[in-house]
Amino acid sequence: MRSLIDILDLSVEEIDDLIATACDIIDNPDKYAEACKRKKLATLFFEPSTRTRLSFEAAMLELGGSVIGFSAANNSSAAKGESVADTVKTISCYADIIAMRHPKEGAALVAANNASIPVINAGDGGHCHPTQTLADLFTIYREKGRLSDLTVGFCGDLKFGRTVHSLINALSRYAGIHIVLISPEELKLPSYVKKDVLQKNGIPYTQTTDLEGALPELDILYMTRVQRERFFNEEDYLRLKDSYILDLKKLEKAKSDLCVMHPLPRVNEISVAVDDDPRACYFKQVLGGKYMRMALILKLLKEASV
Amino acid sequence: MNIDSVRNGVVIDHITAGNGARLYELLGLDSLTCTVAFIRNVPSKKMGRKDIIKVDGTLSLNLDVIGYVDPAATVNIIRDGELVEKRNIDMPLQLVNVIKCKNPRCITSCEQELDHIVRLTDREKKVYRCIYCETKAN
Repeated sequence: MRSLIDILDLSVEEIDDLIATACDIIDNPDKYAEACKRKKLATLFFEPSTRTRLSFEAAMLELGGSVIGFSAANNSSAAKGESVADTVKTISCYADIIAMRHPKEGAALVAANNASIPVINAGDGGHCHPTQTLADLFTIYREKGRLSDLTVGFCGDLKFGRTVHSLINALSRYAGIHIVLISPEELKLPSYVKKDVLQKNGIPYTQTTDLEGALPELDILYMTRVQRERFFNEEDYLRLKDSYILDLKKLEKAKSDLCVMHPLPRVNEISVAVDDDPRACYFKQVLGGKYMRMALILKLLKEASV
Repeated sequence: MNIDSVRNGVVIDHITAGNGARLYELLGLDSLTCTVAFIRNVPSKKMGRKDIIKVDGTLSLNLDVIGYVDPAATVNIIRDGELVEKRNIDMPLQLVNVIKCKNPRCITSCEQELDHIVRLTDREKKVYRCIYCETKAN
């Protein structure tokens, strides 16, 4: 049974196909309005989420399907100690496809290994969040018309930021990518990502703590939130949470066609005043995510039915 | 130092000096009731120093554990005092329930029934990673 756990589970060609489907959904929504009629998506969210869960649910509803599920672990049998394996075996009896978020890393793989229906990883702790990456790739493609020959800056929490790791992984398969890593010393990209992804794929990258210095060369700026829930120590979080704040003054130094992205939710790393700047693309990302999730649900359900 | 020859059992030879203790532990040799000899820092022409483990008794040996700890080691099977088989060990592609993932955020940390599985991801650097959270295991 085909599932999506990691963005690298999809080939570059498959991602191209998903982007093409998402574009077609935007152009011809009626064509897809009943594409998932009588199909059920189970959203199993063991951890709070606004965007991702509602995005999946909106995606399925726009495809004419239905949605069941829970939005917190204490609303499920997990509160009684049920294992992920047992939960998904049970849900497999009710639904046609699962979107699951869980705070523990690797939970999605456990689900995929035990479910008899496709599982989409909607975030497993600090590990992977492939549908966010699909949203990111779609946004870059829509804004730039390509996924190659780009200088992409990642700013903020590059240590715990799963969206950062996933997008770097995804972009490493395209030609002409240059990565700029902007973070405090304590939140630098883990060395294994640098070695196993960037160096292994020959992707040129630079590391800096200076956002303003890096801005002028960037085509894409991917801002991230310093995530309180990933810290064991509250003091470290408080010390690092305001390391970078993007505002209109800093943006003066950026290219006129810079694409500012953020996986959201933001706290204060992007000033609200930036929202009205045409370079702000983070709400387009949210919308793009829904279309890519629609394309993904269609693909996995189609493959499951063969 | 004199140690009796193995009559029926196994001699794990050419263990890189220093790796013997880990191998002894991971193979669970402390729970055996037969004679077990663990010899450290044995002079070796080829290796300078090496460790050797001798087990005088039949046992089911997990060769994957030896390949994981020290793929340079050799396993000699002894029957009636004679060497009947000499095995070179390769690094296993996967290990199940030999080492536990140490990442407190890994799903294996809270789901007790899950197998702890690590997979070889870099043969050259001998890197194994947890299949669930991809944390480096060694």
